[in-house]
Amino acid sequence: MDKKIVFIKDTGISLPERTKDVYAAFLNGLRDRGMQDSVMAVRVADIGAYSQGVVIKVLPDTTYYNVKDADINRIIDSIKEGKAVQDLATRKEAKQLRIVLRNCGVVDPDNIDDYLARDGYQSIKKVLFELKTQEKVIDEIKKSGLRGRGGAGYPTWMKWNFAKQMAADQKYVICNGDEGDPGAYMDRSVLEGDPYSVVEGMMIAGFSIGATKGYFYIRAEYPLAVDRIQNAIDRCYERGLLGNNILGSSFNFDLEIRLGAGAFVCGEETALIASIEGRRGTPHPRPPYPSVKGLWGSPTVINNVETLANVPYIILKGGDVFARVGTATSKGTKVFALTGKIKNSGLVEVPMGTTIREIVFDIGGGIFNNKAIKAIQTGGPSGGVIPKDFLDTPVDYENLQKLGSIMGSGGMIVMDEDDCMVDIARFYQRFCFEESCGKCSPCRIGTAQMLNTLSKIAEGLGELSDLDNLRRISQAMQKAALCGLGQTAPNPVVSTLRYYQDEYEVHIINKKCPSKKCRNLLSYKIIPEKCKKCSVCMMNCEAKAITGNKDDGYTIDMNKCVRCGKCFEVCKFKAVSKE
Amino acid sequence: MREEKLSVDIENIVKKWEGKKGSLIMILHDIQNLYGYVPRATSLQLSNYLEVPLARIYEVITFYHFFKLEPPGKHLIQVCMGTACYLKGASDLLHELRDILGVREGTTTKDGLFRLEVVRCLGCCGLAPVVKVDSKVYSKVTKDRVADILSEYEQEAAVK
Repeated sequence: MDKKIVFIKDTGISLPERTKDVYAAFLNGLRDRGMQDSVMAVRVADIGAYSQGVVIKVLPDTTYYNVKDADINRIIDSIKEGKAVQDLATRKEAKQLRIVLRNCGVVDPDNIDDYLARDGYQSIKKVLFELKTQEKVIDEIKKSGLRGRGGAGYPTWMKWNFAKQMAADQKYVICNGDEGDPGAYMDRSVLEGDPYSVVEGMMIAGFSIGATKGYFYIRAEYPLAVDRIQNAIDRCYERGLLGNNILGSSFNFDLEIRLGAGAFVCGEETALIASIEGRRGTPHPRPPYPSVKGLWGSPTVINNVETLANVPYIILKGGDVFARVGTATSKGTKVFALTGKIKNSGLVEVPMGTTIREIVFDIGGGIFNNKAIKAIQTGGPSGGVIPKDFLDTPVDYENLQKLGSIMGSGGMIVMDEDDCMVDIARFYQRFCFEESCGKCSPCRIGTAQMLNTLSKIAEGLGELSDLDNLRRISQAMQKAALCGLGQTAPNPVVSTLRYYQDEYEVHIINKKCPSKKCRNLLSYKIIPEKCKKCSVCMMNCEAKAITGNKDDGYTIDMNKCVRCGKCFEVCKFKAVSKE
Repeated sequence: MREEKLSVDIENIVKKWEGKKGSLIMILHDIQNLYGYVPRATSLQLSNYLEVPLARIYEVITFYHFFKLEPPGKHLIQVCMGTACYLKGASDLLHELRDILGVREGTTTKDGLFRLEVVRCLGCCGLAPVVKVDSKVYSKVTKDRVADILSEYEQEAAVK
C-alpha cells in the first residue's frame, strides 16, 4: 500500500542526458533486492534543482545531489532501512514543512481511492458526525489562527463567522483560483496535485456558513487544473460525497466550476463575483462585503486555494496542533514560488517565521551564476522589493508589511546585481496599467501616468521632479482607488523609491543605468587595445553604426547606434565595452 | 448551410447551460473552444437565443483577454512575460520573434501560419524563459534557438 516514491533526474548540463541510465541502474538495484513492488521510481521532467548532476529525491523529504553510479545501491539500501544515507544526503529540505502540499506528488490526483487512503474525507466526516455544529467548526479554525493566503491575510474564521451570522435562504462559497500574479504558481500546483483536499476544504467551508452551493473560479489558462478539479467533483458525486444528504447526513452541497478569462482584476473578490455572474469583471465599492451581500446578492465566502487546502488538515489534527507552527500573529506554513535568479527554483513550503535568507540560500541554494543578491520581490504587482539588508527578517504578514511589501499569494522573485530597479518598477507598472479595468479614475489615470514617468526616466529623459510626482500619484491611488488592484498598484514604485532612490537619481542625473538594463542609457565603445580588428562587429551591425577598416580599427557612432547589443555579443575578444 | 451548422452548434452549447445563472462567460468559452475564436455571426445568434443585446455580449468579450474576435493562426506562439521569464530575457525573445515573423504580438502572420502572443505567466517559472508553441513548451529558450524552433513548424508546413 505505502509505496515509496523516488524521483530521478539528471540535472547536469552535459549531453547526452543520463537520466535513462541512472533510472535503469536504479531499477536493476531494486530488482536485485526484490524491492520492485515496494518502491516506485519515476523519471521526472523537472525536479526543482538545476546543474546539480544526477538528483534522486526519495519522498517525502530526502534529496541526494550529484549522485555517482556507485552511490545508487547505497541509496536503495537506505530506503530499505528507512533512513537516509547521512554522508550523501544534503538536508536541504529539513527547513521545509509540508502541510498544504502534504499530498502533492504523493497521491494520484485522478484517483479518489488514493486520497481516501491518506485520511481523505475524514475531516468532513469529523465535521458532520463529531463536531456537528457550525460554531464548533469555526471555533476550530479560530484556534488554528489560519489567515487568508490570497494576500491580505484576513482571519479565515472571522470571514466565515460573518457569513454564518447572516440570515439568508441561499449562501455561497467560492474558491478563488484566479492566480494571476506573474511568477506565482502555488495554487495551480495544489489544484493539479491535490484537488480532493481543496474540494474537501470547500465542503467544510460550506457547512460552516450554511451554504449549499460552491463555485470554483479557475483561470482558463490552467486547463489541467480545471480537468483535475472537474474529475474530483465528478468522483465525489459518485461516492455520495457531494449532492444531497452527504454521507447520510442532512448536509447538502453542490460544486461547479466557472472559468476565468484572463483578467487579473478578477482576483479581487467583488470583480470575481461579477465574473461568475457572467458580467465584465469590474469591482464595486465595499462595504457591503461579500460575506453580507455577494454572489447574486447572497452572503458569500471567498477563500483562496491554499487557505482551503489547509482546512481539512486543521479539522483533522485540531486547530491547536496547527497553531504550534508559525509566529505569534501568523500561524501555519506558507507556500512560496521561488523563482528568478536562483539556483533551485520551485515551490517551497516553510513554517511562517522562516527567514528570507533561509529560503533563498538554504533551500534555494543561493544565486544563479554565483552573482550577488540584490533584493527579493514578494506579492507580485501588489507587493514590493525587499533589499538584501533585510534577508534575516522572519517571514510573516506583519514583517513583510513593515518592509513595504506584502505576503501576497506567495510569489518570491530573487533579483541579482544585474537587475535594475527602475526597470522592475516599470515592468510591474506596465502590468497594472494593462490590467486596470478602467472603472475608477485614480487607477486608470494613475497607472498610465506612473508608467509614462517611469518610461521617461528609463529612457534618460527624467527630471528630479518626476520622483515627487511618482510619490504624489502613489499616495492618491493608495487612498482613492476603488479596489485592491488600484490601491496596491503603486507598491512596487513606492518600495523601489524607498530603498533605491539613488538608483533612480543616477538614471535622472547621470543618465546612466548602473545595472546596464535600460537600453536607451547604454553606450557602446570599442577598446582599441583589445580590438583584433577582425571586423566581426561591423559585419553584424545592422544599423551600420560601426565604421572603420582593418588597418585603422573600428569606431561606433552612438548617434546611429540602436543599442541592440549585437557587437557586444559577437566580439570574442571582449573589445566592446558597454556602459 | 454554414449558417445552419452554426446555429446547431450554438443551440447545443446554449442548451448545455440552460437554467444555470450567469452562464454567458462559460458559453463564450465553449464557442471559442469550438472555433478558436468568437465569430461575430455567432455572437449575433447568441444575442437572439439569449435575448441579450449584442452590446452586452461584446462588452464581455472585449473585457477579457482570453476571448478572441479573429481567427487564430495555424500555430499559436505564446511568449511568457511573467516576472521570472522577463528577468531571464523574455523580451529579447519577443524582439527576435517579431523580427523573424514580421508581426507584432496579438497578430497573425500573412501566411496564417503563426500567431504571436504575449501571455502573463504560464506557471512554469522554474523553466524560464519559456516559449509555448501550441501545446509544446520550450524551456530555457535563448535568442539563437528561436529560429530553430520556428523552422520545425515551417518545415512541417512545407512537407504538407
